[in-house]
Amino acid sequence: MANENFEPKIVGFCCNWCSYRAADLAGTARIKYAPNVRVIRVMCSGRVDPSFVLKALASGADGVLIAGCHPGECHYIEQNYKAMRRYSILKHTLRAMGVEPDRVRLVWASAAEGQQLAEAIDQLVVDVRKLGPLKWPGNWSENGHREEALETILKEHEEAVEVS
Amino acid sequence: MSQVTEKKAAKGKLAIYWASSCGGCEISILQIDAKILDVDAAFDLVFCPCIADGKVRDIEKMADGEIDVCLFNGGIRNSEQEYMARLLRKKSKVLVAFGSCASEGCIPGLANLNDRKSIFETVYNQGSATTPDNPQDIYPQHETQVPEGTLYLPVFYDTLKTLAQTVDVDYFLPGCPPEADNIWKAIEAIVSGKLPPKGATIGVDTTVCDECKRKKNEKKIKKFHRTWEIIPDAETCLLEQGLMCCGIATRAGCGALCPTVNSPCIGCHGPNEGVDDYGARLMSAVASVIDSNNEEEIDRIIAEGIPDPVGTFYRFSLAGSLLRRCNKATAGNGH
Repeated sequence: MANENFEPKIVGFCCNWCSYRAADLAGTARIKYAPNVRVIRVMCSGRVDPSFVLKALASGADGVLIAGCHPGECHYIEQNYKAMRRYSILKHTLRAMGVEPDRVRLVWASAAEGQQLAEAIDQLVVDVRKLGPLKWPGNWSENGHREEALETILKEHEEAVEVS
Repeated sequence: MSQVTEKKAAKGKLAIYWASSCGGCEISILQIDAKILDVDAAFDLVFCPCIADGKVRDIEKMADGEIDVCLFNGGIRNSEQEYMARLLRKKSKVLVAFGSCASEGCIPGLANLNDRKSIFETVYNQGSATTPDNPQDIYPQHETQVPEGTLYLPVFYDTLKTLAQTVDVDYFLPGCPPEADNIWKAIEAIVSGKLPPKGATIGVDTTVCDECKRKKNEKKIKKFHRTWEIIPDAETCLLEQGLMCCGIATRAGCGALCPTVNSPCIGCHGPNEGVDDYGARLMSAVASVIDSNNEEEIDRIIAEGIPDPVGTFYRFSLAGSLLRRCNKATAGNGH
């Protein structure tokens, strides 16, 4: 599956208080990390509704990163525990839908951990690259002969003998 | 005579159609009781294969927009249903996605955990009581040549689609099946012309919990139970007792029918206003009341308590959800 030319699209949800600042720190400290991640700032990892992740995947993302403050260090006291539980239940459901668990990842990064966040991003990109593209909307592609079949019905109705 | 003609001319035209559904929606229309006579006074039923003989060709011959209201129930499973959806859309002024199947796929939409190939294998080739042995691997074909000419069957789709994923829909009516009160409310709105904005779901904007009379406290769940494992007490919130009650994420309108009779809500009224994905909302709500901060324990509570996550969170809404179906490449088991 591994394809060297495949560049995964990753959507990253970073919390305002720790991991977004970690990403900032990585920037100011000139720590390099894979450019595949599109960071979206949220106020808290607990704000990340599972539908955000599903929407990202359904819109063509190959992977999703959720980053928050370390357990016990949440700016909103314990919302990152809610993120932890939502992540667990979402992973459980995604597995049943045929999405490899490695594509969606929850990591903790404090405002001082620019290096760690950069490493986590790099690792996710490596893992998703190994899995290959997700191409979720391709799952909805129409079956062959659909248009023909729709036209056939009309043709049959035109040809049929009318009994009144 | 002239009066009768006049009265007839003033009558609207009503069509009721079913696609991939069970027929329960038609029955639910009869639950409006004697008001069905008011419906009859306001409308001529021009097409309803469930209860009256009608020809598709008669609909084809109608002018565009000639039908005033079409109540369409059922999802779109094959090309014939898609044809009917397109035809009725063209011929109807107002097209209503009637019930859960048309709105969000409902139970038939759970077949989106499979594809055509695996569904056909189950139905036509597994040698059970309902599915005969099929040593020659004969499956339905779109085209079959016989001496008399060519016969066609509809193309069966890999993915069941909702009505709105197929054609433009004016209104949605939630429920499996919709409640009589709400059906009447919709019909009244249509007859009086007092319609909500296009695309609206006709119903209330609150959740089943609001209509449920059980006592509610802070929710903390250490273990989920299947319905057959415990007999819940009749007073307390069912979710607090560890049953996967979907009321917290489900649109109200049913009067909390299931919780009232000691059975957890299964979510047939679908998502509340402004929710993109019913299952995501339910997952989010349920996860937040799990009483643990330990990663391993959380994983265990979820894995043990919810063995069938898609059937639990997307029982009625898989086809209409953000992902719509399982990953075709992995055939639904995730491995």
